[in-house]
Amino acid sequence: MASDTPAMAVVHGRSPIFYRRFDRKDDDQHQTHYCPGCGHGIVTKLLAEAIDTLGIQDRTILVSPVGCSVFGYEYLDVGNIQVAHGRGPAVATAVKRSRPDSIVVSYQGDGDLAAIGTAEIVHAANRGETVSVIFVNNAIYGMTGGQMAPTTLLGEKTTTTPRGRDPAVHGYPLKVCELLATLEAPVFLERVALGSNKQIMATGRALRRALENQVHGLGFSLVEVLSPCPTIWGLDPAEAQTFVRETMTRTFPLGNFRDRSASAVPQRLAVTVPDLGELPRILGLGPASGVDGASDTVAPASPVPTADHRIVVAGFGGQGVLLLGEFLAEAGLSAGYHVSWLPSYGPQMRSGTSNCHVRISAVPIDSPVVSRPNVLIALNEPALRKFLPSMEPGGLVLYNADSVPVDCAGSGAGITPIASTAIADRLGSAKVGNVVMLGALLEATGMLPDSALERALHRLVTRERWYELDRAALQAGRAAVRRMTAAPAEPSLAQDPAMG
Amino acid sequence: MDEARDRGAVAIDRDECKGCGLCVEACPPRVLRLSGELNHCGYHPAEYLGAGCTACGICYYVCPEPGGITVLRRQVA
Ligand SMILES: Cc1ncc(C[n+]2csc(CCOP(=O)(O)OP(=O)(O)O)c2C)c(N)n1
Ligand code: SF4
Ligand code: SF4
Ligand code: SF4
Repeated sequence: MASDTPAMAVVHGRSPIFYRRFDRKDDDQHQTHYCPGCGHGIVTKLLAEAIDTLGIQDRTILVSPVGCSVFGYEYLDVGNIQVAHGRGPAVATAVKRSRPDSIVVSYQGDGDLAAIGTAEIVHAANRGETVSVIFVNNAIYGMTGGQMAPTTLLGEKTTTTPRGRDPAVHGYPLKVCELLATLEAPVFLERVALGSNKQIMATGRALRRALENQVHGLGFSLVEVLSPCPTIWGLDPAEAQTFVRETMTRTFPLGNFRDRSASAVPQRLAVTVPDLGELPRILGLGPASGVDGASDTVAPASPVPTADHRIVVAGFGGQGVLLLGEFLAEAGLSAGYHVSWLPSYGPQMRSGTSNCHVRISAVPIDSPVVSRPNVLIALNEPALRKFLPSMEPGGLVLYNADSVPVDCAGSGAGITPIASTAIADRLGSAKVGNVVMLGALLEATGMLPDSALERALHRLVTRERWYELDRAALQAGRAAVRRMTAAPAEPSLAQDPAMG
Repeated sequence: MDEARDRGAVAIDRDECKGCGLCVEACPPRVLRLSGELNHCGYHPAEYLGAGCTACGICYYVCPEPGGITVLRRQVA
């Protein structure tokens, strides 16, 4: 209509921060999923406008909660994450710390923030995380159909307080801004509302402040928005707006509870977060100091830039499974790699199987969990059977036995039988069977230099007697592999699935 | 019609509108109303009376829908 008239210019229109279409819906791809008159729609719009005004669309990351606003990521064309119930502030912390230049917004309802997520919000605020929290308080659990929230007003009827909220039974409305204002760290805490035109405009200004503080690196900001939920309240949208203005504000007074944006010192996040590569130094895991200390001066060998060893060591408790993993991780570290060592603690630690995951990588490690190993050290048969199916094709399996079970040989992974326990027995103690395997692994793959292994032994083996035995075991493991490769016709070494 | 009060106009996306009526309540010169007709969702969409808009933008801000309302202003030549 009016847009056809050339003399008219748009002064307020759909924000470019919204996606052009909302793909989750088949039709009405411009509409949100919110009920008519829902405050979430208004807050989302004000947030879009603040992002646009500050020119931060490309670096904003929105953390959407569980609750009616779970689909935040469907609407705003920014970086988006949707998190488990109440965990927004924890995830926002991680995002901000790993991407200090991003502007991280944790959007949360009152069930999300003030019930299940109480711990997360209190600690994020107390740590003074440089994030912006938008806390939409509608005094109810909207998404799940109207149960009492910690913010529910006294006397308010909900599905779980059918006779009205009684403080003797249900406690008092939780005042989040007042609570957080007892903490030292927060920079900005303000309660606003959507109860009138004026209040809505003030909400827009508060949201902008909360984002602006973060743009300036000023620490934790939270805006609590008293927001109508006409559907659950059983009011029409205009009545719900009046309820916010005239009733909710009596329990939750509007106003600023903290504003230190003028005096707060910008956080230098980029500096306070160490590079992953610095961690060994920070944790004091520098060059090893061992039995004789002699190896301290050995310079780390230069790491292979493509190295990505994903190792599972498994056996029964008592076979030195975890220690073998530790040797590998320690040696990897001293060879200049990124490493992780993840022992499996659990009921199976005694008598049952025990395992650990080790990663040795040229690049920082995303997860210490090895779900697709390319190396398996199986110290007994159950361990072999358990982890063989997860192996990457072409991976290496070292198996503690004289021969490979016939039904496993065709698995696609090359299974090398090394009778490590028997070899260790001959050396004087079955306990060093794990180190025999370590020697075999190094001989078969050359994944770590001798010098790194030396340093790892020095560091982890503090008793002279064991140290000598371990060195002998290493050599015996290497020799066992050399013997096998000298006799390639050995059927148990077969890589060819047809031979299984 | 008073010149100053007629400097704006609004365009309402009648299929995006959910008929909540917040804009109708909010408009200072009260130049919006809910239509007697239904849109394809079954809501009575808001509509502009056709004159008297000041382009204040209030209806835009109270509307929960991203593009429910567009506010236009007459260009002064
Ligand atoms: C771990 C977990 N517990 C419980 C739920 C169920 N649940 C979904 S939304 C919600 C409360 C939402 O209330 P609020 O945060 O106030 O958001 P609103 O829907 O009112 O905007 C609950 C308890 C869940 N999804 N996950
Ligand atoms: S139930 Fe309440 S909070 Fe949820 S969309 Fe509807 S009005 Fe909004
Ligand atoms: S811009 Fe202002 S005057 Fe025009 S319709 Fe909207 S609220 Fe009414
Ligand atoms: S506020 Fe928006 S959704 Fe509600 S009636 Fe007006 S145009 Fe429609």
